[in-house]
Amino acid sequence: MKKTIAFTFILILMTGTGLTQTPPSGEEILSRVDANIGSDNKIATAEMIINGRRGTRSLKSKSWIYGEEKSYTEYLAPARDAGTKMLKLGDQLWTYFPSTDRTIKISGHMLRQSVMGSDLSYEDMMEDPELLNLYEANVIDEEIFLDRPCWILELTAKVENISYPSRKIWVDKERYVSLKEERFARSGKLLKVFEVKEVRRIQNRWVPSYMVFKDALKSGEGTEYKIETIEFNADIPEALFTKASLR
Amino acid sequence: MIKFIFKGILRDRSRSLFPILVVACGVFLTVLFYCYMGGAMTNFIDTGAKFNSGHVKIMSRAYAEKSGQMPNDLAYIGVERLMSELKQDFPGYVWTKRIRFGGLLDVPNEEGETRSQGPVAGLALDLFSKDSLEWELLGIEDSMVRGKAPQKSGEILLSDEFANRLGVSLGETVTLIGSTMYGSMAAANFTVAGTVHFGISALDRGAMVADVTDIQAALDMEDAAGEILGFFKDFVYREEEAGLTALNFNAKYEGDEDEFAPVMKSLHQQGGLVEFLGMIDLYIPILVTVFVIIMSIILWNAGLIGSLRRYGEIGVRLAMGENKGHLYRSMIIESLILGCVGTVIGTAFALVIAFWLQEVGFNMSQMLSNSTLLINDVIRAKVTPTSYVIGFIPGLLANVLGASIAGIGIYRRRTAQLMKELEV
Repeated sequence: MKKTIAFTFILILMTGTGLTQTPPSGEEILSRVDANIGSDNKIATAEMIINGRRGTRSLKSKSWIYGEEKSYTEYLAPARDAGTKMLKLGDQLWTYFPSTDRTIKISGHMLRQSVMGSDLSYEDMMEDPELLNLYEANVIDEEIFLDRPCWILELTAKVENISYPSRKIWVDKERYVSLKEERFARSGKLLKVFEVKEVRRIQNRWVPSYMVFKDALKSGEGTEYKIETIEFNADIPEALFTKASLR
Repeated sequence: MIKFIFKGILRDRSRSLFPILVVACGVFLTVLFYCYMGGAMTNFIDTGAKFNSGHVKIMSRAYAEKSGQMPNDLAYIGVERLMSELKQDFPGYVWTKRIRFGGLLDVPNEEGETRSQGPVAGLALDLFSKDSLEWELLGIEDSMVRGKAPQKSGEILLSDEFANRLGVSLGETVTLIGSTMYGSMAAANFTVAGTVHFGISALDRGAMVADVTDIQAALDMEDAAGEILGFFKDFVYREEEAGLTALNFNAKYEGDEDEFAPVMKSLHQQGGLVEFLGMIDLYIPILVTVFVIIMSIILWNAGLIGSLRRYGEIGVRLAMGENKGHLYRSMIIESLILGCVGTVIGTAFALVIAFWLQEVGFNMSQMLSNSTLLINDVIRAKVTPTSYVIGFIPGLLANVLGASIAGIGIYRRRTAQLMKELEV
């Protein structure tokens, strides 16, 4: 009798701690990742440290992001790049170069170029931040990454003409933040690796505040991206997202 | 005996005309091929040296590994100091820094929006130094089609074909969109001063010529350049000397582990040229050998026919007591004379055409329209002292070989049967 009571107690305990719980589906995890990072709008200042083959360079920028369709970025430092602005409206991207006083539309193969010499391309900037819109997800494994228990998800593209037809992401089980990503070409070749080094709690969200991007096809130590300030649901004038505001 | 053979050849044309014609035709083709290939090779080396490789070229080690991709992110930094060292250490050369770059050339409309755009293959040269050798070296002024040569910073030349395609007028401002040395996107405005036609398809498709200082500023390449080219002061390339210079220069940096340390390569050591020239050196003798074999077979056949036709003559000569060896030798001497005559005729005709092709050339722009080789569209033949004698190798060899094989039949004739054969 005592044994039966003890067994029932252990069973209840296991169920209560979730040990026998089935993990949420890939789609559920991905939608919570998207929900955590998504917001109506945000203003962020960031530092980008590019660790190239020839040394390290640092750039500072301020971005105004409106939903998923519109963003406006101005580079503040160094002096050579200060005043360079980028405007994204849907699937179109313009760059303003103060040295030439020209606004150039970035399209075609130019989208594959590196953003300011970093390991990020313009295509990376242009993609929809909501992964669920682009990929089908399957939980393939679990792993402790950066001392955090993570699900490993395999993402397969459900839309055509996508920069990375498949990805593997490590999602923090509690915070629903993607801590590591491997992005692959159609052939299965690894193209980019993204790793989060620090996550901060800001305005009730878990925000990756320090990340490293590495273009697997480039030599160098990758590009560090540090978010210095971020403000969610800020007031951003609609007029900012026009080509006229670039000059 | 030679006088006797000569008389025979002149009086019996049927035994000389066909072999002479065959030899003349073969020699004609050989000499013409040799002259034309020589011209094409000279064109390839000269154009490549002037526009790309120099007689020697210095790059950073990392750049040299990918030099075909114009990797300016791996360019050599510290060009001015290195150039002054080079002038001191290697006074037999003239040195010039260059940047090859790619990108897009964007032509704005009145509102500053893109009116037209095209990929550009840029060449940044030292245009404004007092002792600049680039104008003469690349024949820029001779290549001008419209406008004037750049006079001041910010002025550029475009290939005429490219300018027409973009619809750019002289004096208009265009924007170069490229990558800085550090990988950032770069944009810089330039004024189109004039247009050029180099006669090299790979350049004329989309070339932009700018001053190297302007491009250094545009691509954030302060005191940096992709390449430093060295030319012998008399502009005559000497393979061994250039190789020795490269060896001496590289020895200085042997212990340096830095991937951006400079490395020197001679013209022959660049871009697979060694393999290419080696291939040409191998193919020409193979071609001559194949030609000699084919000609020998034809002449052997002609010799056999001749032997049949001259069956009676040979029989009479043998019956009169002429030694078989003497008869065989006389036929070989005859073939030598015929070979000489054929060779002289073939060489003479080939040289006439080769001299004409040396002056006029053969325009291959249609065939080279998609080529990326730096080779002049008009390929000219080149007549050298060797051109006068190269034809004697196949001309004499094939004829003698043919006669030697056909003449073996003489030894098979049986003297005992000769009288019987002659009665018939």
